[in-house]
Amino acid sequence: MKILTRIVGRLVKAAVVLLAILVLNFLLIHAAPGDPAAVMAGEAGATDEMFLAQLREKFGLDQPLHVQLWKYISDVARLDLGYSYRQQMPVLDLILDRLPATLLLTGTAFAVSLVFGVLAGVLAASRVGKWSDTLISSVALLFYATPLFWAALMGVLLFSVTLGWLPPFGYETVGSGFTGWRRALDIAEHLVLPALSLGLFFTAVYSRMTRASMLEVSQMDFVKTARAKGLSPAVIERRHILRNALLPIVTLAGLQAGQLVGGAVLTETVFAWPGIGRLMFEALTQRDYNVLLGVFFVSAAMVILFNLITDLVYGIVDPRIRVQ
Amino acid sequence: MEPTLKIEHLTIDLPEGADRPHAIRDVSLALYPGRTLCIVGESGSGKSMSANAVMGLLPKGVTVGSGHILFEGRDITHLTEEQFQDLRGAGIGMIFQEPMTALNPLMKIGAQIAEVFEAHGRLTPPERAARALDLLREVGIPDPERAQFAYPFQLSGGQRQRVVIAMALALEPKVLIADEPTTALDVTTQAQILRLIKDLQVKHGMAVMFVTHDFGVVSEIADDVAVIELGELVEQGPASKVLVNPDHPYTRRLLDAIPKVEFHETPAKEVPLLRVRDLVKEFRTGDRVVRASDHVSIDLMRGETLGIVGESGSGKSTLGRAIVQLIKPDSGTIEMDGQDISRLRGAALKAHRKKIQMIFQDPYASLNPRARIGRILTEGPMAHGKSRAEAYARARELLVLVGLKDSAMDRFPHEFSGGQRQRIGIARALALDPEIIVADEAVSALDVSVQAQVLDLLEDLKTRLGLTMIFVTHDLRVAGKICDRIAVMQHGKIVEIGAAEQVFRHPREEYTRNLLDAAPGLELQ
Repeated sequence: MKILTRIVGRLVKAAVVLLAILVLNFLLIHAAPGDPAAVMAGEAGATDEMFLAQLREKFGLDQPLHVQLWKYISDVARLDLGYSYRQQMPVLDLILDRLPATLLLTGTAFAVSLVFGVLAGVLAASRVGKWSDTLISSVALLFYATPLFWAALMGVLLFSVTLGWLPPFGYETVGSGFTGWRRALDIAEHLVLPALSLGLFFTAVYSRMTRASMLEVSQMDFVKTARAKGLSPAVIERRHILRNALLPIVTLAGLQAGQLVGGAVLTETVFAWPGIGRLMFEALTQRDYNVLLGVFFVSAAMVILFNLITDLVYGIVDPRIRVQ
Repeated sequence: MEPTLKIEHLTIDLPEGADRPHAIRDVSLALYPGRTLCIVGESGSGKSMSANAVMGLLPKGVTVGSGHILFEGRDITHLTEEQFQDLRGAGIGMIFQEPMTALNPLMKIGAQIAEVFEAHGRLTPPERAARALDLLREVGIPDPERAQFAYPFQLSGGQRQRVVIAMALALEPKVLIADEPTTALDVTTQAQILRLIKDLQVKHGMAVMFVTHDFGVVSEIADDVAVIELGELVEQGPASKVLVNPDHPYTRRLLDAIPKVEFHETPAKEVPLLRVRDLVKEFRTGDRVVRASDHVSIDLMRGETLGIVGESGSGKSTLGRAIVQLIKPDSGTIEMDGQDISRLRGAALKAHRKKIQMIFQDPYASLNPRARIGRILTEGPMAHGKSRAEAYARARELLVLVGLKDSAMDRFPHEFSGGQRQRIGIARALALDPEIIVADEAVSALDVSVQAQVLDLLEDLKTRLGLTMIFVTHDLRVAGKICDRIAVMQHGKIVEIGAAEQVFRHPREEYTRNLLDAAPGLELQ
């Protein structure tokens, strides 16, 4: 019951934040230089004032700002994110079309970095000071410092161009006509390089954080209590140290999960991955305001959603928070 | 009788660069079934190291140099980690100083106790849970059926210590090692835990090694006493001998340093300097409201030392902090010089602040580690408009006044011992020439011999400078030594107030009587 009222309370707050983001996004976009009507007319090869005015009228661009804002908000409330005149499709359909590819990429990167990061951190902490700890810590530092796009390009150079093991870009082999498992395997092959390069940074962050956190927890009094019981080092590490050390990792994972939708612009661009990030990038260069606003809205909603989930997960892993 | 545990000529080496080569040197001790050996010493004496060595739990870099530890005749000095694992919990149980941190915060307490059986491969999981419940009952946890599913944070400090004791006793070890197990607890809780340990010892016929710095506790619980000074065993014998008629001058010095209750003549004229009226302060955490100050009214007379005593959570610190204006009361007034100082704001508040200064509990945390002593002592006066030269000159005088050299000015806090830092804290409070000093547990973190020196200093300064003092403390011995009047607080209320002698000799309230009964080694002359 208590947890339900808490969730409802958080949802109300989330709605307010989302509304504020909507308004801010809208105003910022409209404060940006450039006239979408002029861009459209320009691409159509027309410079005639009449035509421009017609375009503006058709898209409601001639209305006062607050009228446009109100119309935008009430549309979004009905889950109508507008119409992209460049792509000749409703924005919502465009986004839903691109969302699976992005989620597949970012979700894989998330899982990979979480699993490998924490494992590496645990390994380093349990061998602190030995050569394996030094190796893990150094590699983590290297990952941490490498710019994402550079790692991506080097990956392509090595594994695709030189070795020819993996496809260099794209979502699947165009025109192959694969179906079922064959298609899934094809996508998975395309997924390896972008997911790894996207996950590198967070793998490094998780491993460094897990290591530091484990070492800190292992100094705590209750670990000594556990040793005084006669427990074996392996049990102490798993049950007493790791569980407590994971608390800060949850915070970090929540932060990374918030970027599941909006965080892959660079990777998607480098690997020509047909996801939300590229959609946004294209919309930006084409001044496709409705698409831009739509992407902003969906990624903001995702951040808020994952914040909420993080809080709930916290309540599960830490009983002290559950009660408050 | 054969000793259960025998320590023979044990020397424990410290890593290079420590302040001395050995934590303890050539120490021999013996623990007998059904008897309690108290190992007494001041902080840094190495008393805990011998306990940790027995458990094979010495910190990294600290090693047994020479000597032997015999448990039931078997040499356990150099067991392997696996062999120690079998011994820990089963043959020798251990309880620790900090009940608040000694339990895993993410595990239910029943499961934490059951783990002891699991570690030694005893019983089936349902039997383990049932035994854990029995143990909780045995150590006196209220409502054990529910408590076994509680997390540590849902229990009080005393209850947590009972859980730790339950874990140590789970496999009925022959030896129980207790490392300052009651130091972090309130007096009444301490008395209960001491009684519990004594009862369990008799019931199970254990040998207990009890490490402590507190002679009051020693007099309550010890059969035998060993006194350790800087790693050397200076005296050892039955409690009746060592506590009453010690041979070694160090033991005598420690015993003399225990605050003795000395009743003061109450000053004849009583002029109130500060009046607190109907002070209310509430703290909220979630849905829980704690009234830390519940309509407290009290007068502070010019020139007196007023003790505010009580257990943790009684509201004694809240009252002290409200008087220093560190917290704003919800309602009520604090009057000084005919004005309500709790409503002052801005410049008026700033001008007033110098009249009431505070000395804090923790000499390590209350001084800025990155500031030199000179800056620490002059910041206040300079903020109140003194010139730099004046402030520095005064700071030098103050350092000499509190018994330090004025060369301390250019040094950092970490270069001083706990007692010296507390002297610096006192000098800082005096730098603003206050009328009232509020000392919040100002000597609680200090060893007895240092404590005695700081108390003497405070008394001396008070008379010489004509100060009025509020002394907040949980230690009745300290309150009895230094205070003219004593106010006893419980649940945010003052339950009893009067001259120290009257409160100690003829307490009116049940609660005061309980506190006095629980205080270990409290003797009235």
